[in-house]
Amino acid sequence: MARAATTTDAFNAVAEPRRRQILDLLAGGERPVNDLVQETGLAQPQVSKHLRVLREVGVVDVREHGRQRVYRLNGLALKPIHDWVKNYERSWSERFEQLDVVLQDLKRKEQRDADDG
Amino acid sequence: MPMTDSRRATVTLPTDEQILITREFEAPKHLVYEAFTTPELVRRWWNAKRGEVTVAEIDLRVGGKWRYVMVTDDGSEVGFHGEYREVVPNERLVSTEVYEGLPEGVSEEEGGTLNTTTFEEGASGTTLTILVQAPSKVARDAIIESGMEAGLQDALDLLEQVAESVR
Repeated sequence: MARAATTTDAFNAVAEPRRRQILDLLAGGERPVNDLVQETGLAQPQVSKHLRVLREVGVVDVREHGRQRVYRLNGLALKPIHDWVKNYERSWSERFEQLDVVLQDLKRKEQRDADDG
Repeated sequence: MPMTDSRRATVTLPTDEQILITREFEAPKHLVYEAFTTPELVRRWWNAKRGEVTVAEIDLRVGGKWRYVMVTDDGSEVGFHGEYREVVPNERLVSTEVYEGLPEGVSEEEGGTLNTTTFEEGASGTTLTILVQAPSKVARDAIIESGMEAGLQDALDLLEQVAESVR
């Protein structure tokens, strides 16, 4: 059987819709595999395969609980993605903060012109 | 100075080819439009506190060209240029945008975006939206410099849920 495409980082790992669905479920709290199988409607081997990929990049952690394996989300591994968006957002926010100052000046100027007129 | 949340720029990814930037301003729309389309005003804000705007050229008419260049604090030059496709004063601007640092072999058509900027006045000010439409997912991914293959917005929604734990 062909191996799943190599997944090297969190960006690639969460690009797959089924894996995002699993992460979405885990965002609500830790879950045993059976829960994930039920909620996603996928076969257990598929779920396990996705979980393996997510574990390899550190996006999920697993612990043994009795005879069950319980998975949980590791938010820190998603941080690079979070950081990118925050950085892009920050750069626009900085522009807009400066634009606020420009707009204050324009408003004052308009007010002055109106007063003079 | 920290900003309040209502003044924060929000960035979302409505589709695989789009980036949407939204922000509200405490000013009437004709002033926001003026600040967006007047070179000496653009020079004052477009640098995002990350350098100095050295070029701001605006030929504001359909088919007219624009070009902005910034020199960052570490000395590198970042340039963008494009052409206006639609100019509706105080309402709407549609223009192409090409990053001048596109990787070798990527044409302007492949790497450029079509940006629609709208100025909408409401009770509390003007809502500005910039919709960046990339010609392909590949192009958008080039903009966001990541290897995301699909559905980044889903990932973002998810991240909002876990944001507290990663801060």
